[in-house]
Amino acid sequence: MNERVAIIGVGVMAARPSSEHLSFKEMMFEAAQKAYADAGIDAHEVESFVTCAEDLTEGISIFDEYTPDQLGAVQKPMHTLTQDGLYGIADAVMQLRSGLVGLVVVEAHSKHSNLENPNSILNYALDPVYNRPLDFNPHVIAGLEMNGFLHATGITQAQCAQVVAKNRTHALKNIAAAYPMNLRAEDVQSSPYLCYPLRDAEMAKSADGCVVVVLAGASRAQPSKSRPVWIRGVGFTNDSPTLESRDWIDAQYIRAAAAMAYGQAGIKDPVAEIDLFEVDDAYAYKELQHLVALGIYPQAVAAGRAVENGESGAAGKMPVNVSGGSLGIGHTLEASGLYRLAEIVCQLRGEAGPRQLPRAKVGLAQSWRGVPTTSGAVVILGR
Amino acid sequence: MTHRTIKPAPNIVQGTPLDAKALKRGKIFLNSYAPALRYTWDTGEAMGRYLAELKNGRLIARSCRKCERVMIPPRMFCERCFRPTDDWVYVKATGTVNTFSLCYVSWDVRRLKQPEIPAVIEIDGASPGMGILHLVRKVAPKDVRIGMRVAAVWKPPAQRTGSITDIAYWMPINRRSQRTVSAK
Amino acid sequence: MTKFMRRALETPKELAWLAAKAALDSAEMKLDQIDGAVLGSAPDAFDGMHMKGEYLADGCGGWRKPYLRCYVGGGTGVYAVAQGWFQVASGLFDTALVVCEEKMSTCQPHPQAAFISIFDPFTEQPLKPNLLWIFALEQNRYMQTHHITLEEIARVSVKNKRNALGHPSAQLGAEITVKDVLASEVMAWPVHRLMVSPTSDGAAAVVLAAGDVARRLTSKPVWIQGVGWCLDTAYWTNRDLYYPEYVEKAAWMAYRMAGVKEPRREINIAEPYDPFAYKELHHLEGLQLAPKGQAPKLLADGVFDRDGDLPVTPSGGLLGVGNPIAAAGTMKICELFWQLRGEAGRRQVPGKPERGVAQAWGDLMQVGTVVVVGTSEPKH
Repeated sequence: MNERVAIIGVGVMAARPSSEHLSFKEMMFEAAQKAYADAGIDAHEVESFVTCAEDLTEGISIFDEYTPDQLGAVQKPMHTLTQDGLYGIADAVMQLRSGLVGLVVVEAHSKHSNLENPNSILNYALDPVYNRPLDFNPHVIAGLEMNGFLHATGITQAQCAQVVAKNRTHALKNIAAAYPMNLRAEDVQSSPYLCYPLRDAEMAKSADGCVVVVLAGASRAQPSKSRPVWIRGVGFTNDSPTLESRDWIDAQYIRAAAAMAYGQAGIKDPVAEIDLFEVDDAYAYKELQHLVALGIYPQAVAAGRAVENGESGAAGKMPVNVSGGSLGIGHTLEASGLYRLAEIVCQLRGEAGPRQLPRAKVGLAQSWRGVPTTSGAVVILGR
Repeated sequence: MTHRTIKPAPNIVQGTPLDAKALKRGKIFLNSYAPALRYTWDTGEAMGRYLAELKNGRLIARSCRKCERVMIPPRMFCERCFRPTDDWVYVKATGTVNTFSLCYVSWDVRRLKQPEIPAVIEIDGASPGMGILHLVRKVAPKDVRIGMRVAAVWKPPAQRTGSITDIAYWMPINRRSQRTVSAK
Repeated sequence: MTKFMRRALETPKELAWLAAKAALDSAEMKLDQIDGAVLGSAPDAFDGMHMKGEYLADGCGGWRKPYLRCYVGGGTGVYAVAQGWFQVASGLFDTALVVCEEKMSTCQPHPQAAFISIFDPFTEQPLKPNLLWIFALEQNRYMQTHHITLEEIARVSVKNKRNALGHPSAQLGAEITVKDVLASEVMAWPVHRLMVSPTSDGAAAVVLAAGDVARRLTSKPVWIQGVGWCLDTAYWTNRDLYYPEYVEKAAWMAYRMAGVKEPRREINIAEPYDPFAYKELHHLEGLQLAPKGQAPKLLADGVFDRDGDLPVTPSGGLLGVGNPIAAAGTMKICELFWQLRGEAGRRQVPGKPERGVAQAWGDLMQVGTVVVVGTSEPKH
């Protein structure tokens, strides 16, 4: 049994609004080559592979058919999760801990630019009987939730706009980001409403990209052989899938996933024990809602104040989304969580260049699968 | 803690089958929805070149210098050696039937009087066993054989679009080389 | 398990719930004793949902629990149990509820049409392939290589549909003859209608527990001794389809873990995947339970009958019970559970079997998934 599991290699493709020059297979091949080189391994050594993908965002049914060749996984154990990439990390940790295998690769990617009508696909995710016939823009779900969240917590629209300004400004220092911009909160607030109170500019734009991660048990992850970043805890949870019965204020799925991960990591006081956070910001308010669910603020309203006074900025005492987040990097479907994880690995290794934080010993990555889901994961990494 | 026994296999299972009569009676409400799903897949390098060459009336493969295979359909990576492939190689538009079927049902489950003849065709010039999926025509279904030699029949250049269907179908080239069991 | 049906009244979520509840009831457990839930479900195209794993979450008992959906195409139903196994074996969970569901009838006018989207969008979809093509191509290659006859293959349909007569969930149990199979219409030569499993709606579920927990819950646990899975290249037209190497690799992964060295002697009962009649024979060879090309002969000799030396598919299989894709694989695990506990009623095989193997298969003739279960606790 591999009690301890480490990430020993990461391969990241720069997120971009489109990627016509590469098929999804070629994109995965390039990211895999980067990851294996980073880990100092040969593809043939890998014992198990996990891909995170949904058929309908690939446009191919039973998508796992098309995953093995470009990762070096032919005639190897390989399966697909229809989940965010951080679930893939949790899956790999469980495989390794079970003692079944010693070296696992996790992959997720986005070819969002190939979707001609993404809102129709999202609409297809709504309950076919209760919700779909109402024929509303599925992003309305975020508007409904944001309204409830602001109302219940006292967080303001201006503070949500500040999240966008912070993250897109952070992205200026990240060459992997598709949407860097030197923005001010006022600029965001002049953007039109998508669905009140959510503004256009507060929704992360989509991007293409791919991340491949190599994980190993302790025996293979010695510092002499690689630059291991240890997985201290993983958690994943769903709240209710129905719009009619979910908690619209508190992100219960993250509260439970965080409890699971904190428990494994032995973390009692996340603020004191975790140096940096990469959390889901598919919509600006979500960053604040997720931080609250992670137990960072005793009172939710403090999450709004923290972004306002710069505490959650790169130079603040508790940096959040120094990578640029999904608002800055772009939302990359199921790869979104892995971009956040890659940032933490980079920071913990001290390889973040212009974004490098002075103190980066323990980091937390968190994901959410977007509307209409209540599906989220948390991974805690340490040096 | 007492030992409990898991209940034996059930003789009655749940679930309510619907039959055509129940549906007709109108007692059951149904919701219909036709999803609007449209995709434009990036072809990338390997498939982009493959399709471009089909438009030119040629089949092209990729070779790996390490395992010395010539691969069709082409890919930019060798899945066995896990390294980039090296060279573009034109292969012939002739080949051998590796396996075939006589299919009396269309993709959307309409009954066909004359069967379609899908086949895996091993391509001349590619490594042994390197086949592609396509259709054989201009042959009586009873005469199709595994091992039969076939040639591509191309659409006229003006009708080609850079698609696998730029080859209209494959047809037998040398009846004498046919061997082994008949289709039926 | 639910019934397997051509078209069910229940929604996908309700089917999942019925199966999950039946599994919990059989273990006399409540949902709050379950630490995590695993869903297996194959292509999204059928249930008429994007992100159907999310939609099904509460039906699978995943509400406010660690929950995820895994899949490997048609291999999902057996794979999901392997997924549940390593989740529990990781020590992060004491118990797991594994639910597999498929509602194919949602896809109208015929579910089979949805299969066109499994093919490569560049090299295959423009040819308008029917799913039957690939099976017919593989069956033809298998028959040609070993000189197997259609009569030999038809016997699988006869055996499995007969076995299904004793299964309360069965959709297509029947007493038929080889002649009936060969007289049924040709779908895609060499495949006849009675060699094809139906499209179905249904769900099946199992409860997994860590060793110490299992011993507290029941005096007769069935142990997962080995799990294995293997995915072959997507370039299926570059492979020789006569033999499923990926099934062999998956089987040895599971056998090694289970300490099985001579499968033919150490496996007492087999539930190989039989969506098409020839697949059962093909898979028995991949599972090392028959030499290459010899499965048809062993079948003809009665070895695979319910009272034969190696009972194969006593459940009735996909050909007899039905084929709600992922649920069909889990149905095979359920069958082994009942058989090894001596609770299979009319379907019970004689001789107190101690170890069984279930296998599923899927994608573009590409993935093998294998679970070995037995009455004795494994040492891993």
